[in-house]
Amino acid sequence: MTDLGFSQAQPVQNSLLTETARTRKRNAAERRFRAFGIAAIMVGLLMLILLVTTIVSKGTGAFQQTFITVNVELLESKLDKKGNRNIEEIKKVTTFGYAPLLKTAMKDLVADLSIETSLKSKHLAALLSKSAVAELRAYVIANPDQIGKTVEFRFLAQSRVDGYLKGRVTRESVVNDKNISAEQLDLVDALVAVGTIEKTFNLDFILGSDASDQRPEAAGIGVSMAGSLFMMMVVLALALPIGVAASIYLEEFAPRNWLTDIIEVNIANLAAVPSIVFGILGLAVFINYMHLPMSAPLVGGLVLTLMTLPTIIISTRAALKAVPPSIRDAALGVGASKMQAVFHHVLPLAAPGILTGTIIGLAQALGETAPLLLIGMVGFIASNAPETIAEGLLSPNSAMPAQIYEWAKRADPAFYERAWGGIIILLVFLVTMNTIAVILRRRFERRW
Amino acid sequence: MPTFWLIIILLALSVAGFLLGRHRALATADGDIRALHSLPSYYGVNVAMWAGVPSLALLASWLLLQPMLIETRVVKSIPESMFAETGSLNLLMSDVRRLAEGLDLAEERGLLSNDQINALDLESSNLRVELGTIGVALGSEILPEVLSAAQSYRGFSKTGHLAMVVACLGLAGAGFVYALLQTQKDLRARNLVERGAMALLVLAASLAILTTVGIVLSMLFETVNFFGLHAWSDFFFGTTWAPNFRGDSELSILPLLWGTLYISAIALLVAVPVGLFAAIYLSEYASPAVRTLAKPLLEILAGIPTIVYGLFALLTVGPMLLRFFGQGENGLLGLDWMSGATSVLTAGFVMGIMLIPFVSSLSDDIINAVPQTMRDGSLGLGATKSETIRQVVLPAALPGIVGAILLAASRAIGETMIVVMGAGAIAKFSGNPFESMTTITTRIVSQLTGDTDFASPETLVAFALGLSLFVLTLGLNVLALIIVRKYREQYD
Repeated sequence: MTDLGFSQAQPVQNSLLTETARTRKRNAAERRFRAFGIAAIMVGLLMLILLVTTIVSKGTGAFQQTFITVNVELLESKLDKKGNRNIEEIKKVTTFGYAPLLKTAMKDLVADLSIETSLKSKHLAALLSKSAVAELRAYVIANPDQIGKTVEFRFLAQSRVDGYLKGRVTRESVVNDKNISAEQLDLVDALVAVGTIEKTFNLDFILGSDASDQRPEAAGIGVSMAGSLFMMMVVLALALPIGVAASIYLEEFAPRNWLTDIIEVNIANLAAVPSIVFGILGLAVFINYMHLPMSAPLVGGLVLTLMTLPTIIISTRAALKAVPPSIRDAALGVGASKMQAVFHHVLPLAAPGILTGTIIGLAQALGETAPLLLIGMVGFIASNAPETIAEGLLSPNSAMPAQIYEWAKRADPAFYERAWGGIIILLVFLVTMNTIAVILRRRFERRW
Repeated sequence: MPTFWLIIILLALSVAGFLLGRHRALATADGDIRALHSLPSYYGVNVAMWAGVPSLALLASWLLLQPMLIETRVVKSIPESMFAETGSLNLLMSDVRRLAEGLDLAEERGLLSNDQINALDLESSNLRVELGTIGVALGSEILPEVLSAAQSYRGFSKTGHLAMVVACLGLAGAGFVYALLQTQKDLRARNLVERGAMALLVLAASLAILTTVGIVLSMLFETVNFFGLHAWSDFFFGTTWAPNFRGDSELSILPLLWGTLYISAIALLVAVPVGLFAAIYLSEYASPAVRTLAKPLLEILAGIPTIVYGLFALLTVGPMLLRFFGQGENGLLGLDWMSGATSVLTAGFVMGIMLIPFVSSLSDDIINAVPQTMRDGSLGLGATKSETIRQVVLPAALPGIVGAILLAASRAIGETMIVVMGAGAIAKFSGNPFESMTTITTRIVSQLTGDTDFASPETLVAFALGLSLFVLTLGLNVLALIIVRKYREQYD
């Protein structure tokens, strides 16, 4: 027998209170892991801040525009040679006939202020937007009695002048620019000093229509906003009733069988189908097969309806599910039919949730662009807002996101500012809609 | 009678039916509501339903089917030799339709009477110029066969429309009279109305299936047409994407698929680590205050429309990357790797930002679903929090997280605006992330915008691409759903 003896227990060298190398390593790993988590959140939030600041800093410029105040003498000899104020004859004078008036007006302006410049009157008038002549002509046709008088006008300045005041155009960048010269900029400086050229709030950007790519200063988002509005009307009118009906069936009545299973899987999948596929569907079915008009908000609305349906169905079902069974049981208990229990009791209680889901679905549809590209709601310049509902639904129009895309594609950087500005307006709509949804949820959410 | 007025009449008939039905039921009960089987308004709704629903349904299906039937009839009247001349039937039929619409407009504006239109022939009048005066622009010279086809097209349309008005009004009237005659105090009106309402609910629910069928069929038909004009082997196995209008386009999906997958991979490379760590931090470490603040803020990123990301890629991220990696000596790093603002990296990075909340929200839910007992067990054995997360929580949540990543991937593959604006338009196989490349969705947009001619393979290829995209994303979604569902069952 050998006495193995007791291996003497080693005296404790480390306690929980002193950190060993291994604990230190583990704690460091812990801190590292935690730091990664914080870093990830920071990256996400940083991107959000970057995105928002970019949008705000680049887009706010679009809400301001440079105007030039000019006194134009509406010469009778040019506009109404016979002097009989016959409106038909006045209308015959084209915008070319008005151009000399502007040249003279600009020359007089410079002369009156006794500014030294070697620029010709053609270059002086070039400071004005190309839309100024059309504006002048529209004014004269609307007020023929003003012919022969001198009237003060506030014309849009051309986009380079606007860009110069906003810092987008600099003296270095105009060296190779055939639209404006350094001399013209000197004149602009002088006119700014006397207050003839000034930058003010521009309502036309919010309410106006898109302009051709020669006149970025005149482009506005108003008409495409109307297009978006009509599309949302279609989406609301179709997606809400259909979506609610479908959810009621699936949640309250559907027997559990293979058919219901297929419908459920289908809805889950439709929610994840790329939006462009809905655009292809719209092009093939609504335009190519049913011959609905191209670029019409009605078609856009139909496509977006199909896209929004799954979102609305999913949120409506959640809202219906949240209504406790006791409500149904109570209704059935006092003799209501199942249909009555659902329509008279469950549906009203689920209404706030349904509304919230619908608003979020609409907000999603409002920002969607890709399907609209395929049904032709891009690149079309609608010159004025639709007057009737039928016209609004069927006549070609654009939509806010499609208009933004259109501006982003154009070559002149002045349009980029408009695109960012359009995004601000689009986001204002989305934020408002989402805020309403959140408020609704907070206000009416019930814990059972 | 325009369709709009027909709809108004049918609706008015329904309203009248409601009032009359209600009134008649009360009359048969001598005004005593207790003698009725159902509430009075149910009798009204019953009549309104019989009058309105079948006729409106007929109207809708008629409007859907009529163009198809007329087209097959008209096609039969066109001699077959014509197809060969103009290239294809589709092209010819679109000429016929355009001419028919032009003639309709001419009649509407009073330029020509109906009899004049039917008697038209090409020798005696210059139709193209005449239609031009009312704003109908016709492309090529009008062929005599096209004119006669357009005339018969109009004839069929007119008869069809008349038949539709008669049939709808007849059906509405018959339903109205039938339901009204049935109405008396013992009629089980509520049961009838509820059965009708149920039918409508089922119809609404099946619209989801109808949409899917519509998507698949609309793309399948045109894809079959495409494979009739273009070899399928080139589409699936070719290596070049070079559409042209000489008729020898090379249309292969592979370079586009490469661009799509490359950009998606970069997007996931950005989104997965950031999203996953954000989810871990939010669900395991963050205090409730931080969580309620940070989670909605991150989710804002998912609510921003893709056009905003597209613009951000095109005008901010692209030029910024160009300043770092391009412009040679003038750039910040003195590198010359990038030649333009659009590149795989631009699109991938921005798309990655967009996907962060997708990954983080889904993973957050999944990590929260891991039972607390598992964490407690691990912590009780002395593991640190990060060890618990890495060795217990994440392995348990892994299937769900994989599902979330797959969903994000399907989103990335189907994303359109960011790649349209940020990725460029050149189809090629290249591993260089600084080059611009193109994707399936970009090509769909460019092939289908502008003037589309549904007879050329260059247009039809978009449908084949769309179908491939649909199948690809559907596959990923189904896979993700199966994985997530399996995972859920594990802890239920």
